[in-house]
Amino acid sequence: MRKLIEKSEATLASGQVGKSNKHESAVRHVTGQARYVDDIPEPANLMHAAVGLSPVAKGEIITIELEAVKRATGVKDVLVATDVPGHIDIAPVFDGDPVLAHKRVLFHNQPYFAVLASSTQGARHAAKLGYIEVLQESPDLDVSTAHEKSNFVRPTHTMRQGNFENSITTSDIVVEGDVSIGGQEHMYLEGQVAMAVPEEEDRMLVYTSSQHPSEVQKLVAEVLNVPLHKVTVDMRRMGGGFGGKETQAAQWACIAALLASRNRVPVKLRVPRMQDMQTTGKRHPFQNSFRIGVDSSGVINATKATINGLCGHSADLSEAIVDRAMFHCDNAYYLANADITGYRCRTDTVSHTAFRGFGGPQGMVLAEAMMDAIARELGEDPLTIRKRNLYQHSTRNTTQYGMKVEHNVLPDLIEKLEASSEYWKRREQISHFNQSNPILKKGLALTPVKFGISFTAKHLNQAGALVHIYTDGSIQVNHGGTEMGQGLHTKIQQIAAHEFGLGTEMIEVTSTRTDKVPNTSPTAASSGTNINGKAVQNACITLKNRLSQFWAQTINVSPDNVIFKNGCLVANESSIEFAEVVQQAYMNRVSLSTTGFYKTPKIHYDRNTGNGRPFFYFANGASVSEVTIDTLTGEYSVDRVDILHDVGTSLNPAIDIGQIEGGFIQGMGWMTTEELLWDDNGKLLSNNPATYKIPAIGDTPNVFNVALYPQANPEDSIYHSKAVGEPPLMLALSVWCALKDAVSSTADYRIDPDLDPPATPEKVLRAVQAMSKSQKANT
Amino acid sequence: MISFLLDQQLVHIENADSNLTVLEWLREHRQLTGTKEGCASGDCGACTVTLAEVVENELQYRSINSCITLLSALNGKQLITVEHLQDNAILHPVQQAMVDEHGAQCGFCTPGFVMSMFTLYQQRTDNAETELSRGQIDNALSGNLCRCTGYRPIIDAAKKACNKPKTDKFSKVSDATVAKLCSIASTKPGIENLHMPRTSQELASILQTHPKARIVAGSTDLALEITQALRPIETLVSLGELAELKTIAETDTPLTIGAAATFSDIEPFLLKHFPDTKEWLHRFASVPIRNQATMGGNIANASPIGDSAPLLIALGAQLILTNGSNQRSVPVEDYFVDYKQTQLAAGEWLARIDIPSPDRACFLRAYKVSKRMEDDISAVCAVFNLKLEEGDIAELKAGFGGVAAIPKSIPELSQFVGRPWSIATINEIEALLHDYFAPISDVRASANYRNDIVANLWRRFSIETTQPEIPVRVVEHA
Repeated sequence: MRKLIEKSEATLASGQVGKSNKHESAVRHVTGQARYVDDIPEPANLMHAAVGLSPVAKGEIITIELEAVKRATGVKDVLVATDVPGHIDIAPVFDGDPVLAHKRVLFHNQPYFAVLASSTQGARHAAKLGYIEVLQESPDLDVSTAHEKSNFVRPTHTMRQGNFENSITTSDIVVEGDVSIGGQEHMYLEGQVAMAVPEEEDRMLVYTSSQHPSEVQKLVAEVLNVPLHKVTVDMRRMGGGFGGKETQAAQWACIAALLASRNRVPVKLRVPRMQDMQTTGKRHPFQNSFRIGVDSSGVINATKATINGLCGHSADLSEAIVDRAMFHCDNAYYLANADITGYRCRTDTVSHTAFRGFGGPQGMVLAEAMMDAIARELGEDPLTIRKRNLYQHSTRNTTQYGMKVEHNVLPDLIEKLEASSEYWKRREQISHFNQSNPILKKGLALTPVKFGISFTAKHLNQAGALVHIYTDGSIQVNHGGTEMGQGLHTKIQQIAAHEFGLGTEMIEVTSTRTDKVPNTSPTAASSGTNINGKAVQNACITLKNRLSQFWAQTINVSPDNVIFKNGCLVANESSIEFAEVVQQAYMNRVSLSTTGFYKTPKIHYDRNTGNGRPFFYFANGASVSEVTIDTLTGEYSVDRVDILHDVGTSLNPAIDIGQIEGGFIQGMGWMTTEELLWDDNGKLLSNNPATYKIPAIGDTPNVFNVALYPQANPEDSIYHSKAVGEPPLMLALSVWCALKDAVSSTADYRIDPDLDPPATPEKVLRAVQAMSKSQKANT
Repeated sequence: MISFLLDQQLVHIENADSNLTVLEWLREHRQLTGTKEGCASGDCGACTVTLAEVVENELQYRSINSCITLLSALNGKQLITVEHLQDNAILHPVQQAMVDEHGAQCGFCTPGFVMSMFTLYQQRTDNAETELSRGQIDNALSGNLCRCTGYRPIIDAAKKACNKPKTDKFSKVSDATVAKLCSIASTKPGIENLHMPRTSQELASILQTHPKARIVAGSTDLALEITQALRPIETLVSLGELAELKTIAETDTPLTIGAAATFSDIEPFLLKHFPDTKEWLHRFASVPIRNQATMGGNIANASPIGDSAPLLIALGAQLILTNGSNQRSVPVEDYFVDYKQTQLAAGEWLARIDIPSPDRACFLRAYKVSKRMEDDISAVCAVFNLKLEEGDIAELKAGFGGVAAIPKSIPELSQFVGRPWSIATINEIEALLHDYFAPISDVRASANYRNDIVANLWRRFSIETTQPEIPVRVVEHA
């Protein structure tokens, strides 16, 4: 096969890749023409579904009474778990997620029946009329109960390097600490929704807002008890996903399909916002602790970390999520003799799930907590301690899971950001500000991000594509990834255009469909462009080879000399328009359609030994945040943020910067105002956007400098780019550390504040009050 | 009948469910699906549309949350949605700026942002002497949440499009639109179970005939019963056509605010007479909510966390209640009886709010503390009003929200009148304030935090009045 020369510098000299093209749907977005599932013109006879929710959190179901529901106006059908003809369990990997409550209620507001009616309002009103009697048990909601009862959704896992026990005893200083980390609601602006349209006999077409159409297809087939080939899933775009539509979208599609199948009518199920927040999983809350040994300069030589993920009632993806927290509890720092244990605690709430970073952020919070603790212990600037503990190039470069950190750009990246953000100059200004201001206090922090790229479940690191060239030279591209706003289809369009030497207007990326590309992986783990881009590129190469060979033959040159550029095929002195050669090829019976496939190389991880190379490469970045806190109310503002982030060769700088800024603000929300609260009965209290506060426009810092680190990915990724979906979220840890810095200033930086994220104004005030109490205690 | 312009098309609605929201009507009855439902509670702005209304012969454009707006709010107005902005195939400048600045990622919040930006564009057309500031952009877009972009490109798009807006297809035909709106037939407005009285007499007689009828003004709170609690309201009486309840009179003594005047209408009046309410106004709620919500509604629904009552208590305001024939006056702090219970009798309504004329010698500070600066509900709202005469306290009033089942005053503060404004007095009052209330712990704040905040806000107030050179606020609402 002809070998393509790949560019390795950070910017591509020509072609479509590397340009800041607009989002492929930008015009449709701003004119309201972009269709989401609820906007698809409704089929005739469409009926609407709603679910009834359990008023208690836990216990055996004694009876379910639905007569009043059935009698309500416009109601056609009701559905309970035992009505399901196939599998009741729709868990993604391990068992435990019934499509509707079955025998037992597992969490407060778990759906236990579905109702079908002629209107959305009718279905929702009827759904309030259900009655369930449960032999109530009190819910377990915390880590300590899970440990007392050894109640874990998956077995405990440990990673070890060197000898922690010996090393801690020889350390100059031992530092301990713990951090309780809040979860996070996805708050995608488009809520969960699905529409199922029964087709001939037992065939079913499902429109869903899902990051994982293939899983929706499989689960719909399983609940209906039909083979997978009877079910087609179509997914054009989501109004945001962030992990919340990886496994959590399937339930609604399954319920819609079950009702559609039983009643032979199309069914739409759109979940109202409050129910969406009550019934779907969130980012896992974690409670992590550390015990580290450091030398007199603050360099770590022994680390013990305990990672506790609060998983909710079932495993869902928690095995891999707690693994990723363990993989990232080093963040960018060498933990030396390390002993890392991860527990998957069962709690009687919704089952927590994927959310941008997938456990990684909760691990990294612990690493940054360690750095702050060392710095306050030694009276050093936290940045000094962070830099001393970074992974090095030739020594101190092995992670707690035995992977060598290669191509380590962080020491250089941090140095550049330190300079461009004027960290040390501002440190001085801030210390002057804090001395002259009795009420307002400023804080500053620089934190790095090192994030491993690849699914840790090896088999998911594969992707497929389907590319058609039509006889006018226009091209349709289909692949396994889903568009949720991250610009995947825009980048794919650029990749295909780049390969064929065409403008992007010649490339149409169509909706993700299970009948076009089968057995796809979820669009998750930041992998979308990495794996699907390569699969599309491979399909394009196949078609280019066919066209080159065909045309080379007609003009009698070697196919190796044919290049695709500026809408033409060019070889030596000859050239032909792309559309023209396509027509000739068609007339000469050359196939103009093909598939492409890709699997990520080099990766492996042995869970028995806790060793391997789970990641193809690391994406890196760092940020500096400056905040001001009000020591009377705990309120604060984020005044300035500087970011330098490593996306390798950028496929689309505007989209990459959009991911960085958006990820940062989303992470800032998680670290600050986004507070999930459950009561003692397991009921979620922060269950709507009036009580759960994501960042609003005024929260975006006045100064927000974002730059791309100009270096190509040395690994053979698509055009040597790097994944960008998740890593920037963790840049926001600098906001949390800056808030701690501001609080710490009130005790002359001698005490490491106890400020668990989310650092709400209330918690900041508590931390400030604790500072003055400890100061008094010390004097 | 409810009559309005949908873009330029005259629409008459004779029969519709009185509980139908504008969003449902657009999406389900007109298949205009560009406007999105994100929350159906007025918190996210995905459903934002623009209403144009004739005020003093000109079009006044305002963004609203269509998800919590009832059809009655459309009567006599022009409704503009994201589908109407393009001029043939040419994008509106705000749409083009959103494309150029990469302001949309998933695109679901985008129509709402586009409409808020469109409203800002119209408000600044022929009226853009000063550079558009970040604060003005934040204010205009304060009701729109985006979960993807982090807002930076949206802020840039607003700057680009709305700084010096040019004539667009709407301003070109504004005279014709004004004429069309003025000619909308003045037949009896309203539909079945949704009454729209035009006079107090009509209102009184409707309340007599329908004793269970619910009065609706801005609907920003009431509509949540329909969309969130799924409790239909059988009979509604909209104040939308009742002009006398919207009057704001600033020449009289006292100043009077009609109960159905919206916060956006009240804003210039409040800022003129009480400039220190600026932060309070901006943090009260998002712009689309302030465009709909009324001060009368905020008082009448008797929420313990409504921010109006603390301000009005501190200003010494009176509520004027009437049943159409008899009128009575009640001090704001006496109006609230218990949680969501008021002095309002059957057949009675809140007609207006009387505020004593501002005294320039008073220090007024209105504080709100919440998790988020924009569009959040108070953990605590505290308003202090102090008058000093020759170094002594001449008057001291304070109103509080979020501290009890009803908005509260502190009668004991009057005991400090005549005392010197000294550190000792300030500390004594602080000691009184701390643990004065017995607030609850809830999703917004713990009881302890609320107690601490009440005392600390007093501390802030004392610094602002005695040492104004010390900065005490993290955000300047310029």
